[in-house]
Amino acid sequence: MTTDTADSAEAVGVAPAADPGFLQRYGATIEYILIPGAALIGALAAFGVFVALYGKNPLDLYFYMYQGAFGTWFSWQNTLTRAAPVILTALCTALPAQLGMVIIGGEGALLIGALAATSAALAMQWAPPLVVQIAMVIAGVIGGGLWITLSGALRQYRGVNETISSLLLVYIALAILNHLVEGVMRDPASLNKPSTREIGAANMIGTIPGTDVHWGLVFGLVCAIASYVLIYHTTFGFAARVAGGNIRAAKIVGLGVGKLIMTICFLAGGCAGLAGMIEVAAVQGRTNANLAAGYGFTGILVAFLSRQNPLAVIPVAVLLGGISASGGLLQRRLGLPDASVLVLQGIIFVFVLASDAVYGRIGFLRGKS
Amino acid sequence: MADASIGLWTVPLAVLGGAIRVSTPFLFVSLGECITERSGRINLGLEGTLVMGAMSAYGVSYLTGSPWLGVLAAGITGALLGALHAGICSLPRVNDVAVGIALMLFGIGLAFFLGKPLIEPTAPRLPAIDFGWWSDIPQVRAALRINVLFLIGVAIAPILYWAFKATRWGLLIRTAGESSDAARAMGHSVLLIRLRATMVGGFLAGIGGSFLSLFYPGSWNEGLSSGQGITAVALVIFARWDPLLCLWASLAFGGAAALGPALQSVGVTSGYHLFNAAPYILTLAIMIITCSPKRTLTGAPAELSITR
Repeated sequence: MTTDTADSAEAVGVAPAADPGFLQRYGATIEYILIPGAALIGALAAFGVFVALYGKNPLDLYFYMYQGAFGTWFSWQNTLTRAAPVILTALCTALPAQLGMVIIGGEGALLIGALAATSAALAMQWAPPLVVQIAMVIAGVIGGGLWITLSGALRQYRGVNETISSLLLVYIALAILNHLVEGVMRDPASLNKPSTREIGAANMIGTIPGTDVHWGLVFGLVCAIASYVLIYHTTFGFAARVAGGNIRAAKIVGLGVGKLIMTICFLAGGCAGLAGMIEVAAVQGRTNANLAAGYGFTGILVAFLSRQNPLAVIPVAVLLGGISASGGLLQRRLGLPDASVLVLQGIIFVFVLASDAVYGRIGFLRGKS
Repeated sequence: MADASIGLWTVPLAVLGGAIRVSTPFLFVSLGECITERSGRINLGLEGTLVMGAMSAYGVSYLTGSPWLGVLAAGITGALLGALHAGICSLPRVNDVAVGIALMLFGIGLAFFLGKPLIEPTAPRLPAIDFGWWSDIPQVRAALRINVLFLIGVAIAPILYWAFKATRWGLLIRTAGESSDAARAMGHSVLLIRLRATMVGGFLAGIGGSFLSLFYPGSWNEGLSSGQGITAVALVIFARWDPLLCLWASLAFGGAAALGPALQSVGVTSGYHLFNAAPYILTLAIMIITCSPKRTLTGAPAELSITR
């Protein structure tokens, strides 16, 4: 009996490799985990070499990165806090990618969402906190959503490349933010760092009980799961994927491609706008130039690393959140510049894209055929 | 006396001077991108190349005392980044737009990392030629203090125009951009042509970056470039992949970018940030006007993924 169960347990562990059905079913999934994973390890190795050339011990580097990202409960909380907005900005790239669009303007939608949410909160100071918070969510989503919808509309109705337009809109969003924050929305008391007035301590969304992680993480998780369900388990998502795969086929079968683009872009921008709202309502308490912290750009990387899969965005965002959380420790303990996180992100991005060439070429995952 | 007499002319003069000064990075990046895109590939990473070029030019100029060596170093850095882009893109199934985004983030990160110790020291700058010696008005003289790099850029534009039209290399690049099958049938390696085109493009973009750190604004800091690289990429589309139009477009963009500082200098400070966003708004407006969903753009290389 006991030997039998041991054997079957072992069989479960080993046999699938010999069973062609298993590989046919899960080969592609294994590839999607194995190849980005290998790319990630390759990127970490390359970054180690880079740091070694800079005169630091790479082993120290990996140790402090682990410590700063996942080593203690404190660093876990820091990591998760940073992952929350990144999940949302990654969705801003991953959702339009289902339609074959490359949107890289999540940072802009985040800023506009933050501005809209702050305006809503400042205009509704009389209301009870829950009402204010709901209004902030709605305002943030609409603000960010419309911002990316603009890129989508320009693509659909004017043929303007959405990658370039969304990036240009980042700079325009930043200019609008600075203009308002230093102009009509400025709190006269903010001298060195022009900011809007505070939304009020009562209106902050607070932390998940027992942790220092704010509720934004839950917002992110809900949006990611909802996006996954929308894309893979609804007719709408199916239509979007058809249109993304072959736009002419989609038109022939009568899909409203324009409507698909608008809706997806609105949802994508809404996610990034929500990230902006969270940064205001959970971290900053007001809008100022600090909000342009690069979460939008990290989101692009996360979306590509998770191969535009909304569910895979969650673990990847946590991983990248960990890398950015460890930046402070690397700075203090190893004396590396704060930009080392940016360098590592860039290296990871390059490795992950280069690894696209490997798909379908790993022999043992394709069976003997 | 002279000051009072020009009065309102300050703004157009400052815009003119600004157009010449500010347009140089636009010019170099757009000419470089023009070469790359004509070969059938788009390099969105030139924003990163620009920043890396600015950093390496400043560093080399500081260490060697020669700004021209800095310019050369910036060009070489740019060419290396171009080679990296082309190398990754020549792998099968790799998307050139995505690689460009990756290299944009990588280049900016690397420049900030390596450039950290360069924020404090002062490096020797590039000299300017005084074309305004005939004038007594300081604003005119300021507007006409022109850098040699600008003149080089202005000279490159018609040379490139001619080279695309009349030389063997120009024809090869255009063939690779219009139909990679045709280039292959002629016995040329499309990947090699694109590698060279991207490297030359990166070289020029790197030089554009050296102008930022060595002439105007003339220092190295992390806020040095804010989207000039990506604006220049959009500008190539607007210029219909024509080097001469790139020159005029760069001047127009430089003028737009100079509007904010010019208005600030006469005391118009409200809306400063919005005026600073003028080049981006202008780019977007021009793309909206000139693009059309119904047809591909005239002059667009047929192999270019971004126009399909």
